[in-house]
Amino acid sequence: MVGAEMVIRALIDHGVDVIFGYPGGAVLPIYDALFKQNKVRHILVRHEQAAVHAAEGYARSTGRPGVVLVTSGPGATNSVTGLADALMDSVPIVCLTGQVPTHMIGNDAFQEADTVGITRPCTKHNYLVKNVADLPRVLREAFYVACAGRPGPVVVDLPKDVMMALGDYGDGQATAEELARRAYRPTLDPDPARIEAAVALIAGAKRPIFYAGGGVVNAGPEASERLTEFVRLTGQPITHTLMGLGCYPASDQQFLGMVGMHGTYEANMAMAECDVMIAVGARFDDRVTGRLSDFSKGSKKIHIDVDPSSINKNVAVDLAIVGDARRVLEAMLKAWRAAKAKPDKSALEAWWARIEKWRARECLRYKQNDAVIKPQYALERLYEATKDRDTYFTTEVGQHQMWAAQFLKFERPNRWMTSGGLGTMGYGFPAALGVQVAHPDALVIDVAGESSFMMNLQELSTIMQFRLPVKVFILNNGCMGMVRQWQEMFHGGRYSQSYIESLPDFIALAESFGACGVRATKPAEVDDVIRTMIETEGPVIADIVIDAVENVYPMIPGGAAHYEMKLGPDHGELEERSEDGMVLV
Amino acid sequence: MDGPIERHTISVLVENEPGVLARVIGLFSGRGYNIESLTVAEVEAQRGRSRINLVTTGSPMIIEQIKAQLDRLVPVHTVRDLTAEGPHLERELALIKVMGAGEKRVESLRIADIFRARVVDSTNESFVFEITGKPDKVNAFVNLMAPLGLVEVSRTGVVAVSRGTGTI
Ligand SMILES: Cc1ncc(C[n+]2csc(CCOP(=O)(O)OP(=O)(O)O)c2C)c(N)n1
Repeated sequence: MVGAEMVIRALIDHGVDVIFGYPGGAVLPIYDALFKQNKVRHILVRHEQAAVHAAEGYARSTGRPGVVLVTSGPGATNSVTGLADALMDSVPIVCLTGQVPTHMIGNDAFQEADTVGITRPCTKHNYLVKNVADLPRVLREAFYVACAGRPGPVVVDLPKDVMMALGDYGDGQATAEELARRAYRPTLDPDPARIEAAVALIAGAKRPIFYAGGGVVNAGPEASERLTEFVRLTGQPITHTLMGLGCYPASDQQFLGMVGMHGTYEANMAMAECDVMIAVGARFDDRVTGRLSDFSKGSKKIHIDVDPSSINKNVAVDLAIVGDARRVLEAMLKAWRAAKAKPDKSALEAWWARIEKWRARECLRYKQNDAVIKPQYALERLYEATKDRDTYFTTEVGQHQMWAAQFLKFERPNRWMTSGGLGTMGYGFPAALGVQVAHPDALVIDVAGESSFMMNLQELSTIMQFRLPVKVFILNNGCMGMVRQWQEMFHGGRYSQSYIESLPDFIALAESFGACGVRATKPAEVDDVIRTMIETEGPVIADIVIDAVENVYPMIPGGAAHYEMKLGPDHGELEERSEDGMVLV
Repeated sequence: MDGPIERHTISVLVENEPGVLARVIGLFSGRGYNIESLTVAEVEAQRGRSRINLVTTGSPMIIEQIKAQLDRLVPVHTVRDLTAEGPHLERELALIKVMGAGEKRVESLRIADIFRARVVDSTNESFVFEITGKPDKVNAFVNLMAPLGLVEVSRTGVVAVSRGTGTI
């Protein structure tokens, strides 16, 4: 078997039935091997960045690794943004890159790039395979590393001569010796003593809060079930991060909404005032903590994470539990029941009373008039129209992303795909494409800003070719809204380069690819447009022309403490205008 | 972050594969950690393992981070904080070239003798001294040679091992 055939065999052996890619000289042997079989399907994207985002969408909506195939040089460099995105958001990706033949490496050959050098800091690990004898092992390891512990992207760089060299694939199984040699062995099972200590701390808490993150989603749907079970058992409040949407049912009374810069008032206040914080698969990101020195100063913190390097990174914690979220939560449930633990009922009642007061501020309240569509309204209507179906949402990056996180509600994990860590504009549309490939019959909607959508709109061609009925719901404010909001708040209203002129007519754009385009310009049109979008069989771009100057609230202004939230003009507060936040990102 | 700045010597056992050193160095530069010294060599040819010895500085929280970040690199087998774990030995070797004549030349030889540095090369105008010892000792020797015609210093960086029966 030649190297290229081994690659296909390894994909099949790892249960991969679809990959996302784009061909080129260095990977032609692999495309040839792909041509000669029919077990692995190939989705031909229109840009390699989109291949990685599509694989991310696939991975995050299924829990299985996403696989990418790109050529050397520009194919590999184009995939870098996607890899960095997958690293930040812990998405399991195996990215196969072509490389010039081994004897030409280092000679500045045509389409040569130092792919392992370039991708080293934006992958969990990478490999350059110089000898076909190493190939079967490296491919096995690549899948193992991508998925084990905290997931992440792995690049396997494949020189063309290695793809054409004859070698022995073996039976596809790792030998005992190979397994013994693996240095990477994340701790999955928690230390029982720490579980007991955690249970005691939680049971004794007077003002507890659970703070869950994307790690719960990554640990598989059962982790979310165990989390829900445990939180309900305790009767304690829970919030989660942007990456955690769906890890706890949003309709539940114990759920306080999302935490962080644009999270709810009640969630941020409860984080600030709690006496015990139980972080599960969340990493105390700067978008959550606000000013670090004032973050939840009076609380004891329990931090559960599969990645020890996430613990004590930004915030010092009192009790660290290293392990897989599902296993940790299972152990906690068991320990809780064994200890017949009972939460402090009267303290909890008092705590809930305070929380209800914060909740009563209705921090997400907004005012809809007859004239212009408020983005919040459009999303509420979208949620109403889709909540009874199995709907998957992706987003781009900007204001629309925050509104989507605030106004769409998720009862289950793996239904929400957004670029949280890297904040990559252009993520959502190709990610939606990948989700649709994984779930052909589901409703898949990319909630987009018009500027973000323009970063990867070439994928309209891909969704047409592969008949992927992705819906793009553009909240069109005619500007880079989030940039505009920051310029308004922190840069004296100097709107430097945040308006894009010559936006396309999105209906005509959709039609030029053979897709359907619809538009709403008034609140009264929103429901009809949403209905048409959902009921149309193929891909649809819905251009929702929204209030161009609406800002996202509530907000922890840059540099403020997390209890210093601004609720905004709809709550009678003046808009924030100060240059203090200027230095912050 | 919080806490006093500490100096730690950390030994790391890694898979001897291409790029592993780049990964370690990239980790330090990418995350803004300090490296005072770094040495690397294969130590188990049969199993293909190399040992990296690092000397770094940072607050206790940063040192913990460094260890955790090193440990999650895929080719890393073991990370040991020798400073935290107790008594250990640190050694460094340096080759030091001194040029001069007359009194200074004699003085450099005298000091070399006190430090047990060996002359490993000599010409009419120069010596090369070889010295082994703790980094402090090497520093002291270099400082004393400075006014005596020091022209070149080449140091290995720190290698370290724990005292007693424990192993990495
Ligand atoms: C690739 C990339 N470039 C730049 C940015 C910085 N940025 C963050 S939000 C934003 C504006 C997004 O505009 P749009 O997609 O129209 O969404 P809106 O904020 O208007 O909802 C920009 C430029 C980014 N996140 N990603």
